[in-house]
Amino acid sequence: MKAILNSGQIEQILKDLTGRIISETPRELDIAVIGIRSRGEILAQRLSSRLSQQLGKDVPHGTLDITLYRDDLNSPQGTSQPQVRTTEIGFDIDDKIIVLVDDVLYTGRSTRAAMDALMDLGRPRAIKLAVLVDRVGRELPIQADYAGYKSDAAPGKLVQVFLSESDGKEEVVIE
Amino acid sequence: MALIRKSKQFKWHRKHLLGLRELSVEEITYILDTAKGFEQISTRSVKKAPPLRGKVVVNLFFEDSTRTRNSFALAASRLSADIIEFTQKASSVSKGETLLDTARNLEAMGIDIVVIRHNAGGAPKFLSRNINACVVNAGDGFCEHPTQGLLDVYTIRKIKGTLEGLKIAIVGDIAHSRVARSDMWAMTKLGAEVIFVGPPTLMPTQLSRLPVSVSYSLDEVIEKVDVINMLRIQFERLGGNPFPSIREYSHYFGLTVERMKRAKPDILVMHPGPINRGLEMESEVADGERSVILEQVTNGLAVRMAVLFLVNQAAAQKLKA
Repeated sequence: MKAILNSGQIEQILKDLTGRIISETPRELDIAVIGIRSRGEILAQRLSSRLSQQLGKDVPHGTLDITLYRDDLNSPQGTSQPQVRTTEIGFDIDDKIIVLVDDVLYTGRSTRAAMDALMDLGRPRAIKLAVLVDRVGRELPIQADYAGYKSDAAPGKLVQVFLSESDGKEEVVIE
Repeated sequence: MALIRKSKQFKWHRKHLLGLRELSVEEITYILDTAKGFEQISTRSVKKAPPLRGKVVVNLFFEDSTRTRNSFALAASRLSADIIEFTQKASSVSKGETLLDTARNLEAMGIDIVVIRHNAGGAPKFLSRNINACVVNAGDGFCEHPTQGLLDVYTIRKIKGTLEGLKIAIVGDIAHSRVARSDMWAMTKLGAEVIFVGPPTLMPTQLSRLPVSVSYSLDEVIEKVDVINMLRIQFERLGGNPFPSIREYSHYFGLTVERMKRAKPDILVMHPGPINRGLEMESEVADGERSVILEQVTNGLAVRMAVLFLVNQAAAQKLKA
């Protein structure tokens, strides 16, 4: 097990991502942040409060459960079983710039599922992808707009993100 | 803030839903938790999600039904499955085809899930042993109606938070009610106390073997209960004269405005539908502010989506193994 990010580095990444989102989004447009369950939910909350603070206006956040949109439901991988949870988005996504947040971007399959799920909720003006770790190994033509740490972890390795709200510690490790 | 629950690695493994009697507390809770995730599909702009895309669901109904049948059909289509409607009256069953032959023929068309309602208790189980498709019981004889039981406990849990410690009266024609049985299993497993209420002629035999208490007087229990589930008098199933007159039945066992005055202020009034207005329940009560009858219907949709999703998941996992 090798630690690749500590809590200070995670915080710095979130600060950088916030700055880049603000500088690349026209002021007059409304931003909302939507996190993919589970770790993306927490990162989305953090990004939304940073954005709200710096923009001086409310940037709402929500949580997306992508289970029903996964592409492996009828060809389950391994022994784990996907559990359906709730999607909690308490605002209209129409015409907003949606910053979609996930902890690790790897194959791109979760992102594809999340985009399809979002489209069933409305028609955002644009969807931007922000991730804490951008890992090599894409299986679909999907790239992050805002990426933190770039990892070239070999296939078979597990990149795990721990956040204080859910895990009691702040760390990203490769196993 | 909805924090991440540490998943306890519970795994749903049943490709059939035949009844609630055989389910564990954990399994029932898992279905209810899963159903929560399906509720919002019905409230958004695109009321459809793709998990059963390319799957075929058959509604195989050998008895009349409005609510259950439509609810399953809508649940299947909201999950993007294709649905075949089968009714006894307009089928080869009227030419003498057996249940098994009918099902095997449907299966030969490549169906994935059979939703069956049949007047013979055990028909879903029989089917599940003889075909490869998933089987979901939508009511068999006087045995079980598991999705009704699930939507009832889902509705109660959603409003009251838990069933633990609640007193629930199920009133009416218990003997002929599969709803009462499925309710009883689900409610008692989740920690509620169930009281069967009705005239002795409409009580099942061997009551002492069931995890319930019994009362022959609605007036005795009305003040004590947190939930009251009024069953429909099923004229089509009643033989003989189980009660002297409809008026007498309503007098003793009908949920009237007068009786409601003595109930707890936060009582939930339920009914599986269709209501005989003025018989088991006065219209003012059915449409009153303590009634959750229409919520039951709405929740039924989410629960049935969850059930179809889960049995299909189990089937996919078994195929892989």
